[in-house]
Amino acid sequence: MSSNVITVSVGQTEAKPWVDELHQWLATVDHKRLGILYIVSALMFLVIGGVEALIIRIQLMHSHNNFVSPEVFNRMFTMHGTTMIFFVAMPVLFGFANYLVPLMIGARDMAFPRLNAFSFWLSFLGALLLYFSFLGGSGLYGAGNAPDVGWWSYAPLGARAFSPGHSSDYWTLSLLVSGFGSIGTAINIIATILCLRCPGMKLNRMPLFAWLNLVMAGMVLIAITPLSAAQIMLLIDRYLGGHFFDTQAGGSAVLWMHFFWIFGHPEVYVLIIPCFAFMSEIIPVFSRKPIFGYPVMVAATVCIAFVSMSVWAHHMFTIGMNSYANSFFTLTTMAVGVPTGIKIFNWIGTMWGGRIQFKTPMLFSIGFLFQFLIAGLTGIMMAASPFDWQLSLSYFVVAHFHYVIVGGILFALFAAFYYWYPKMTGRMLSESLGKWHFWLFLIGFHLTFDVMHVPGILGMPRRIYTYEPSRGWDTLNFIISVGAFIQALAILVFIANLIVSYFKGATAGNDPWDAWTLEWSISSPPPAYNFAMVPTVASRRPLWDLKHPEDPDSRYE
Amino acid sequence: MSTVTTSFPNAATKWHLPSRGKVAMAGLIIAESAIFTIFVVAYLFYLGKSLTGPTPRDVLETPIFYTVCLLSSSLTIHFAAKFLARGITFAFLAFWLLTVALGGLFLYGTAQEWHRLICEHGLTISTNLFGTTYYSLVGLHGFHVTAGLIMLMVVAVFGLSGRVGVEQSGHIEVLSMYWHFVDAVWVVVFTVVYVLGR
Repeated sequence: MSSNVITVSVGQTEAKPWVDELHQWLATVDHKRLGILYIVSALMFLVIGGVEALIIRIQLMHSHNNFVSPEVFNRMFTMHGTTMIFFVAMPVLFGFANYLVPLMIGARDMAFPRLNAFSFWLSFLGALLLYFSFLGGSGLYGAGNAPDVGWWSYAPLGARAFSPGHSSDYWTLSLLVSGFGSIGTAINIIATILCLRCPGMKLNRMPLFAWLNLVMAGMVLIAITPLSAAQIMLLIDRYLGGHFFDTQAGGSAVLWMHFFWIFGHPEVYVLIIPCFAFMSEIIPVFSRKPIFGYPVMVAATVCIAFVSMSVWAHHMFTIGMNSYANSFFTLTTMAVGVPTGIKIFNWIGTMWGGRIQFKTPMLFSIGFLFQFLIAGLTGIMMAASPFDWQLSLSYFVVAHFHYVIVGGILFALFAAFYYWYPKMTGRMLSESLGKWHFWLFLIGFHLTFDVMHVPGILGMPRRIYTYEPSRGWDTLNFIISVGAFIQALAILVFIANLIVSYFKGATAGNDPWDAWTLEWSISSPPPAYNFAMVPTVASRRPLWDLKHPEDPDSRYE
Repeated sequence: MSTVTTSFPNAATKWHLPSRGKVAMAGLIIAESAIFTIFVVAYLFYLGKSLTGPTPRDVLETPIFYTVCLLSSSLTIHFAAKFLARGITFAFLAFWLLTVALGGLFLYGTAQEWHRLICEHGLTISTNLFGTTYYSLVGLHGFHVTAGLIMLMVVAVFGLSGRVGVEQSGHIEVLSMYWHFVDAVWVVVFTVVYVLGR
């Protein structure tokens, strides 16, 4: 009965001319299409942000280089940071959440489909606004171009006097607009998970993916909003002559730092928690074991969310806070390591004794585990404020957070791409291209970011335009840049894989990985209505129950 | 087409989920609270740090009457929602219009205060830190009152044309949650600006 309905709908989509198809994509309120729009737009900006990174790396390849002017260099690192955080990492994670959460909890769509579409277009148009600054940034004043004051836009650099023209305005408005989009999506994710679960899907039976995205969405509500508030203040300063961050009138530059980092640090966890969610789905499936310590995983996630709200000033040890504040933020920052460590042990516990299958998603997951651990360790090093006084604003910090963002978040994302691409397109990604992608990216990543710690310890400041040959940083920087190009090559392999497999990949079928969550119970790609009949579940692994009626999980939970 | 059926063993029989409207409004309120928190922190942080006058002590007068108006509007909207849930649309409409009137009165009070501050004391958003933080915080709240008032008036128009009944009760409750939030924020703003800030 349900198969009839599916074939009919497939026949309809094939008959439509491309204009109709395009219109359907632009006007869609379907969570799956919006998820794919999020992901594709994020991949587009990944390439743009990647090119900016390569420009930075070419400039730093050897001492006294003038590949680009200092002004362009400043724009490149500002745009690279802003793009990668706000228009790559956030949208791609929202995309996966959008696509997968309703499928995993057995829902027809998100709770508010039109709000969902509205949020996507807000964040996408926010990104376009940022990039429009290249054209419109000069404005009437003829000064300035793309924003060039760093992705923190520290006061007073963001003030009119130091950011003439409109470049900072585009930056501010872009983050404000996309921030509202993020809040809309977060509200939507929370309402979907709390209100649209299929019968039997109690909170303690939800896939960890849904749990972790619920926590992430909750964090977005209280972490993104301070940034929006600070951007409103900056706009008031720039346009209405306010004095929030105007030190000439008694305003405080440090207050901007606090507001920015009250957003900035939880933001890291907003990005990493969905990656924990990917890991918690992928590692069990490829270890052929249920996740180890489900309730502890949930508790650790909630714990991370709480503690991460009180660590922000570890970005500001060098501004000269008193010793109580330094001690407080050192201790809270180190405390985050405890629940995070619990998670890593749980994933290892899941793998322990399992029959591990080294498919591409699992390779990226294992890469994630090692690299995220190292990133966490350098994080603990810098949590110690005296150590931070030495290395803050050096390339050591740059290496540390790229270890988190590339070695952690990006590796987890690649794992997610290889794991869920079959569900989204109905085709498998090529395993051999996937292995090429993995090994190239792994080598490039370690070449770049392992080595990058060293010039940091030697004293190379971040955001520096060029350096003296006598410093002895040339060889190190050359190796870092070579690694960057190897990563770029790996990304090209990945994109080729995405495109080639879409047309020529092996047919995936409903459940290519023999997995246990609800999204694998329906066809790939899923029909517009998701589930022909609303499923009911009795355990955390509904598909296991279905495949093994003689020994269902529901007997033990 | 699908190889697995979608009925799973041991299905739960009883299944209750919260209302998505209320959950979403709760989410919005949490997000808005964070925004207000940042503005309140900025206001408190900059208290007494203005390099030039006027200071809050010089110019601010406690708007007790208008505060009573706004806070009692929380009560009237509560009664309105309760009457609607019980199907008494006339009483609903009466209390709803009263809420709109009280909210409007509050906005009038803010407008009058701003007029006095600007014209008599020359305090604008760019005068000093007090002006910047005061107009931002009170303005942000006033903006929320305005947005709420517009939504209340849309409902009032529908109500007057007889299109709001028991079946809209859920939506009305969500809207009244927002209005309660706006009132609760005023308690904080009032305390910070007119009590602690002077």
